[in-house]
Amino acid sequence: MTSPTKIRASVKDGVTEVRVLMQHEMENGRRKDEVGSLIPAWYITEIKAQHNGKIVLEGRFGTAVSKNPYLVFRFRGGAVGDKITLSWLDNLGETRSDEGAIS
Amino acid sequence: MEAGVNLGRRNALKTGGGLGLFGLLTVAGLIRPEIASADWLKAAFEAKTVGEALDAMGALVPESSSAIRLTTPEIAENGAVVPITVESSLSRTEQIFILVDKNPTMLVASFVIPEGTEGYLTTRIKMAQTASVIALVKVNGKFYRASREVQVTAGGC
Repeated sequence: MTSPTKIRASVKDGVTEVRVLMQHEMENGRRKDEVGSLIPAWYITEIKAQHNGKIVLEGRFGTAVSKNPYLVFRFRGGAVGDKITLSWLDNLGETRSDEGAIS
Repeated sequence: MEAGVNLGRRNALKTGGGLGLFGLLTVAGLIRPEIASADWLKAAFEAKTVGEALDAMGALVPESSSAIRLTTPEIAENGAVVPITVESSLSRTEQIFILVDKNPTMLVASFVIPEGTEGYLTTRIKMAQTASVIALVKVNGKFYRASREVQVTAGGC
């Protein structure tokens, strides 16, 4: 079960700023639960952001990205209404892709 | 029962050992990063020291650059959420790496910046203790760096 990524994007002076908030535990595999057993690693390993289908950012994460990863990035171009897609893949092979629009 | 436990442990050791060896070979330069292809990044993410991470990335001598602006808090009360911003005004920034020198694994994240995307990133990272946050920027196959120390009150790794 995964929750949708929140995507906000706005364009100003020809530059689009995208803010994304992914919903993920980002467990590093070294933490223990109340009874002392290790909580298995569970974290996003790859992300990809697209603007109308064109890749505008690609990233790889280790375990030290905070829970519910937050990213802000900027690219040149973009117009109100354009589609922004953010997809991720985690170490357990789960994927998720969400869409937002430039406002 | 005893045998089962031992077998599991042996297998875990074997797997762990295998990864460690591969990482070591890559770091030692016995397997060139090019040959190791996508695995070089894997080695970098498993690196336990900044030196290892740099070697795995092929970033031998990163030059300090004032064209990279790294913004971090001076004091982070909660090491689980430390906001950082990397801004590179180096023309054609190709990749951005974020490292923390005293985390259990150094490399926090790496980004590929395609043509048209600016050398600007904000994110939130975990820090185990007071340490230096290092931003590496790759331009034309060369690495440049900027770093800042962040005092961590309560580690959150």
